[in-house]
Amino acid sequence: MTTAEIRKAVLDILADIAPDEDLSDLKDDVTFRDQLELDSMDFLDIVMELRKRYRIQIPEEEYTELASMGSTVKYLEPLMKDVE
Amino acid sequence: MYDTIIIGAGMSGLAAGIRLAHFDKRVCILERHSAIGGLNSFYRHRGRDYDVGLHAVTNYTPKGARRGPLAKLLRQLRLAWDEWSLAPQVGSSIAFPDVELKFSNDFELLVSEVAQKFPKQKDNLRRLVAELTDYDQLGTGDTGRSAREVVGSFIKDRLLMEMIFCPLLFYGGSKEHDMDFGQFSIMFRSIFLEGLARPLDGVRLILKLLIRKFKELGGELRLRAGVDRIAVKDGAVEKVVLANGSELQARRVLSSAGLPETLRLCDDCPNVESPEVGRLSFVESISVLDVQPCSLGHDRTIVFYNDSDEFHYEKPNEPADVRSGVICSPNNFVYGQPLADGVVRITSLANFDRWAKLDSEAYRRAKLHWYDNLVASAVRFVPDFRDSVIDTDMFTPTTIRRYTGHHSGAVYGTAKKRYDGTTHLKNLYICGTDQGFVGIIGTSISGIGVANRYLLKM
Repeated sequence: MTTAEIRKAVLDILADIAPDEDLSDLKDDVTFRDQLELDSMDFLDIVMELRKRYRIQIPEEEYTELASMGSTVKYLEPLMKDVE
Repeated sequence: MYDTIIIGAGMSGLAAGIRLAHFDKRVCILERHSAIGGLNSFYRHRGRDYDVGLHAVTNYTPKGARRGPLAKLLRQLRLAWDEWSLAPQVGSSIAFPDVELKFSNDFELLVSEVAQKFPKQKDNLRRLVAELTDYDQLGTGDTGRSAREVVGSFIKDRLLMEMIFCPLLFYGGSKEHDMDFGQFSIMFRSIFLEGLARPLDGVRLILKLLIRKFKELGGELRLRAGVDRIAVKDGAVEKVVLANGSELQARRVLSSAGLPETLRLCDDCPNVESPEVGRLSFVESISVLDVQPCSLGHDRTIVFYNDSDEFHYEKPNEPADVRSGVICSPNNFVYGQPLADGVVRITSLANFDRWAKLDSEAYRRAKLHWYDNLVASAVRFVPDFRDSVIDTDMFTPTTIRRYTGHHSGAVYGTAKKRYDGTTHLKNLYICGTDQGFVGIIGTSISGIGVANRYLLKM
């Protein structure tokens, strides 16, 4: 996956978790918590959706890497570069 | 072999089932009735639809709200706000002799009512709100503090205390007179700070939505599949045996049947300490009117009434205690179109034993007798609608037992909750009312919370 594809994949997950949110102007450098008020249950869901969809395992101590779109994509790049 | 068997297709079981099925678990919900819903169910009687349980969805927050249990529930179940078709309440009230407090989904109305009727308590009410514990996933219901003691340290007027407790106990009190301050916080938020709403089609719309989602995700639902016993081996559930003799196996079992009720299903139950069955049950009269209630001057969504300065939330000696009650008109929500019939439901505390011992003829007569008593008591607080009644029905503590399976028709379950959802068996968990959350949003969050914590792990 390219960086743009990974970003799209994360957006799809967010759209699934929060269908009522308008994600079109989601900022990469502001945390999901501040922009969407995601809580710990939601972060767990992002992790679980990544596992379900792309078989990616994220250890619990690295959940903090998923704070914003920017940090999430950066964190996922090496893990997802070989995903079709 | 299932990953998880869920006992009970009520709100908590369905919500947990959706979570598990969504993440590709093999899950089966067992429901002993031919209909889903448990405490919040529905039926058809003489050509009309009736709801059981649900007066209103509590924890209402408007579309776009990101905080609160409703928003959390929608995200966790991947549902859009619009799918619930929630119409907010018109407005409700707490009616005691000589004083009425109106409230709505705007908390400031209650604050201004308190300011007007209990001027010295307005700031105390604000201080109380600041003290409420936060609504979280699991465990927050248990602070070990008496709500009456904590609230009494802020609210210095005994009548106002009683008026605040009245709706909260009626809508979620599993023990007599008092509740844990954590429970109080949850209930206060759900009713006063968030609010009340209802779909035009009632609870059946929500149930159908949940069951459709569950099945689309590959979940299996078995109706008329009552659990006869839970076979135990080496401190774990070995298998679940159904009333028809068939045996099912699962790695884990999640029961929404109630804590004492679940423990009694286990083979080893004589050796296990079980909490007492709850004492509190209700009767409800349902009156169908040939007019909309508002045309009679009855425009309140819910009226919580009590006919003296002291509110007695306790198991009555009589079949029902009509000194206090809850008057709900499902017409009085802000729908896009009116409900076909006018409906007034009146709920009061009841004594399970007094109803359970009646033979069928005496039961039928008792229903008629207490219908009249309930309505006569309630019309002291709302306009008299009796000349407009075209059909009636009545549900009693034995009806509640039939729908919920809760012993003694204990609507809100046992007084001793199991907030972490665990049991004495390592792969048996409980969710729903006895895990500590009430209301349809609360109990769904309970199912989700327990599923997330124990059942989604590999």
